[in-house]
Amino acid sequence: MAGYHKSGTKRWIDRLGLWLAVTLLVSPAILFFLWMISLSLKTEIDNIEWPPIFIPTAPTLANYVQVFAENNFGKYLLNSLLVTGGATLIGLAVGIPAGYGLAKMKATKLAGVIMIARMTPALSFLIPLFIAFQWLGLINTIWALVITHLVITIPIIVWVMMGTFEGLPQDLEDAALIDGATLWQSFLLVAMPLSRPGIVVATILSFIFSWNNFIFGVVLGGKDTKTLPVAVYSVLTFEQLSWGPLAAAALLVTAPVLIVTIIAQRQIVVGLTAGGLKD
Amino acid sequence: MSTAVAGMSRNYWPFILPALIAVLGVIVFPWIFTLYMSVHDWNVSGTVTFVGFENYQKLFTDQRFYEAVGHTLYFTVLAVVFPVGLGLAAALTFHREFKGRGFLRGIFIMPMMATPVAVALVWTMMFHPQLGVLNYLLSLVGLPPASWVYNASTVIPTLVIVEIWHWTPLVMLIVLGGLANLPSEPYEAAEIDGATAFQKFRHITFPLILPNLMIALILRTIDALKAFDTIYVISQGGPGTASETMNIFLYLQAFAFFKLGYASAVVVIFFTVVILLSLLLLHVRQKTKWNV
Repeated sequence: MAGYHKSGTKRWIDRLGLWLAVTLLVSPAILFFLWMISLSLKTEIDNIEWPPIFIPTAPTLANYVQVFAENNFGKYLLNSLLVTGGATLIGLAVGIPAGYGLAKMKATKLAGVIMIARMTPALSFLIPLFIAFQWLGLINTIWALVITHLVITIPIIVWVMMGTFEGLPQDLEDAALIDGATLWQSFLLVAMPLSRPGIVVATILSFIFSWNNFIFGVVLGGKDTKTLPVAVYSVLTFEQLSWGPLAAAALLVTAPVLIVTIIAQRQIVVGLTAGGLKD
Repeated sequence: MSTAVAGMSRNYWPFILPALIAVLGVIVFPWIFTLYMSVHDWNVSGTVTFVGFENYQKLFTDQRFYEAVGHTLYFTVLAVVFPVGLGLAAALTFHREFKGRGFLRGIFIMPMMATPVAVALVWTMMFHPQLGVLNYLLSLVGLPPASWVYNASTVIPTLVIVEIWHWTPLVMLIVLGGLANLPSEPYEAAEIDGATAFQKFRHITFPLILPNLMIALILRTIDALKAFDTIYVISQGGPGTASETMNIFLYLQAFAFFKLGYASAVVVIFFTVVILLSLLLLHVRQKTKWNV
């Protein structure tokens, strides 16, 4: 399609336009994150300077030190890891077989129901779950959050895995079944190893969207069970902290996700274009 | 070979069962329970009284609810139109081949992966009327400082800016999925006929990716309707109630005023709208080859 008949000048203008478009598209993201880094590395004096200072005059890690020293940042980090890790592991344990079963049964209607869970507002689960957890005595426990986060992880994993298993050739599994393998053996020994890339995508997306979740933690998280996004909002507030430490904390919360995005951008693009999923 | 095993009974239900139980527990049970709650007066102390449709009646006379619906519609229209338009442009750009495309595409999708709360905190600093970097940037191009989220008339458009920044990448990915599946024959034919780039877009590309655009449009509508994190963190529905959308209204009724029955009635209405949109989405999705 690349116009081989185009003249040199025209080609040159075309390339220039393309790079201009690319620059315009990526600069809001780049500038935003650079500004975030800049805020986190500046002293309080630099941060309230007018006109704003873009490149710190004396870059300092003091803001990061303060975040860890003066708050229970370590505890919130552990909470986040437990909730996201737990919900992702349980999600994988039930979601991978489910994706397999749905793909084999071609049960798109049933899969559609699971997909609707991604569409409905979080608060439509939260009010009843809040009451159910009160009855069960699970309010302010990590378990309440892990269970609720399954609302995020299961649909993502089921959806990505269903697509992955649908793409596998049936012949290998048929051969195994003729040789006397059970369905579970065929699943575990034939289909699963062939689906490693899909499992990686499902794990990454599930981890990211569970990690980022805010509303579940706001409603169900107690004093000791706050996850990082909730802690960053409710404990490390503007009243208590200045911009530097707050920007440092915000960066620490989102850094794992951004690093994974850059490293695994290809897998993420594939996973998201196939599923149109989000939270 | 597959005919040889076709007669074997293959029961795949055991694979699905654990997920089904989990989904019933954390997703379907809450939906049904919400319906039940919406016809009761329910407060946190545990007293529950059946009130019939009183919650709904109250809702339809609640001025604050109507205002919230208005804010939601205003927010949603802006937060759908701009990301879909820009996302289409971004997809057409990233569909072309150039050096470092993968890496730059990775940068471009970073906003949609970033933790919304963390990002919202930094936006709050950027919107600061005296010290915010955005007003400095405005002053550079000779514009007067804006009051951003601190003014009732500008708060919603300002929140939309954050939403555009956040979610344009998702639209880009969905449209990119459509562009990747385009056949090459029509373009070769058009090339021979001497069609211009715009003619090729207008008559070949656009009709072929229209289903993807529709999916992006519906998905964006659903997400904009239920936007919560950034609004809650940046403006808390304020100033006053100027940016109180349905979801914020719902949250406040349930977890600030603890009117759980009343809030459940809001959920039921909200839910119905979202389900209708979701069914529309599934319908469009089935008509496309996008879901591969």
